[in-house]
Amino acid sequence: MSMNQITLLYLVASVCFIQALKGLSHPTSSQRGNLFGMAGMAIAVLTTLALVFKLNAEVAGSGIVFIILGLLLGGSVGTLMAKRVEMTKMPELVAFMHSMIGLAAVFIAIAAVLEPQSLGIVQTMDAPIPTGNRLELFLGAAIGAITFSGSVIAFGKLSGKYKFRLFQGAPVRFQGQHLINLLAGLLILALGLTFTLNGSTAAFALLLLLSFAIGVLLIIPIGGADMPVVVSMLNSYSGWAAAGIGFSLNNSMLIVAGSLVGSSGAILSYIMCKAMNRSFVNVLLGGFGADASASTETAQEQRSVKSGSADDATFLLSNADSVIIVPGYGLAVARAQHALKELAEKLTEHGVDVKFAIHPVAGRMPGHMNVLLAEAELPYEQVYEMEDINSEFGQTDVVLVLGANDVVNPAAKNDPKSPIAGMPILEAFKARTIIVNKRSMASGYAGLDNELFYLDKTMMVFGDAKKVLEDMVKAVA
Amino acid sequence: MDLISDGLYNLIIFVLAIYVGYHVVWNVTPALHTPLMAVTNAISAIVIVGAMLAAALTETGLGKLMGTLAVALAAVNVFGGFLVTRRMLEMFKKKTAKAEAK
Repeated sequence: MSMNQITLLYLVASVCFIQALKGLSHPTSSQRGNLFGMAGMAIAVLTTLALVFKLNAEVAGSGIVFIILGLLLGGSVGTLMAKRVEMTKMPELVAFMHSMIGLAAVFIAIAAVLEPQSLGIVQTMDAPIPTGNRLELFLGAAIGAITFSGSVIAFGKLSGKYKFRLFQGAPVRFQGQHLINLLAGLLILALGLTFTLNGSTAAFALLLLLSFAIGVLLIIPIGGADMPVVVSMLNSYSGWAAAGIGFSLNNSMLIVAGSLVGSSGAILSYIMCKAMNRSFVNVLLGGFGADASASTETAQEQRSVKSGSADDATFLLSNADSVIIVPGYGLAVARAQHALKELAEKLTEHGVDVKFAIHPVAGRMPGHMNVLLAEAELPYEQVYEMEDINSEFGQTDVVLVLGANDVVNPAAKNDPKSPIAGMPILEAFKARTIIVNKRSMASGYAGLDNELFYLDKTMMVFGDAKKVLEDMVKAVA
Repeated sequence: MDLISDGLYNLIIFVLAIYVGYHVVWNVTPALHTPLMAVTNAISAIVIVGAMLAAALTETGLGKLMGTLAVALAAVNVFGGFLVTRRMLEMFKKKTAKAEAK
């Protein structure tokens, strides 16, 4: 196969990847898009096998063994994870996969620095790597390393079951944190330039270590509530890392695929930031948890809420004409999606118009709640995005809030001093009656008190979401 | 006339690809943002191409080790990413088949 043919096949694969993303514009075309993605990857891998033989036929025969070994090892782990993972654990899986890409990019960069002649970066054994390639290797390796260690921390924070302090949702802060980050960043830059200018391997090794460290430092001050942004951001980084490796290996397909992923992650981060009404810089520097702790203390005084039983709630729901259900992450934690689906079906049978309203940051990553509801086979056409449904709350009889808190907090609209002021919310407070299910009066992720709970027209139903919903299903019948 | 360097060609591809990515991703429906992330994970596993070259063509022990490990790590994403995306999308499919989507 000639180099031209190989490049053409790489072009075909790149187009397949674009098709894969394009398919996701609608659920009906998404399956086909995914097939395009798989086809693109298959073409890319097979073409690369041909390239291996072309570049060095002598070592290729034995080299293939190592490729197959890696493929079998990683492929089986990946397949197993994809089959076993629970949908509530998707954010962790995605964070885990980001770290894989980051580390792979680092390993490739190390191999390229060790043996540039083998990878076709230079022609002869002792020739130095060209300056441009060194710059690209530095960028690829540094971004890869940051992606890896940052994702590991994000994974820990998302799973929330490890005792290790850095893996806990609460932000880790210390004096002079930003200064240390800044210094580390400048040092990486200096080392990178040293490596670029004189090819010092020591500088390269040191900058890798520092990049691993800064990945950790960057993510630890970010609170659990901001994880959707972090996951999107690391998604973006993993793409840039791939593109960086593409530059150093002079491979246009890697550059195309990497930039597609990079811009996708960047857009998702932007959407998430907007949904939380926070600037990107603000999230990166941390600070949500800190503001919130101050405001919870002021709201300590006991206030009375109206509480009722599941039966009371059912009575209200089944006598309503229209109901909007606002599911939050608490619902997923309680594994109550299936009970929710039953309730929705029963209410629909009773002639109640049931809709679901999803806030962009419901769940722990963009679109997470949609997947959770889809898993429970809730009818897709009943699920609405925030912009599409906000105008309807005013004409709705009953809003049922399940395990959501901050996303329906009217303080975001009414109280300019609130830490979440200006954050777009689901305007549940406009409905005629509001039923809120929560386990307790404990504040939400942002640590804020919620005015919605104290309204006269609000009824609180305390208890585990799954249990309450199951009780409701029984009561409707 | 001077020859244009490879790096510059790469930069052109890079910038144009970002534009394509930007426009394609804005069209993704918010309901499918999680599958989008999973599939972009799989796509960024394209580093497997670099990893394969490193695994097969390097001659030193350390180079081979790095390459093989990189192939394994990227393969986790190739398989895991596409399969988990398919699993998620199948959940959406069931309902769109029943009624026309919104």
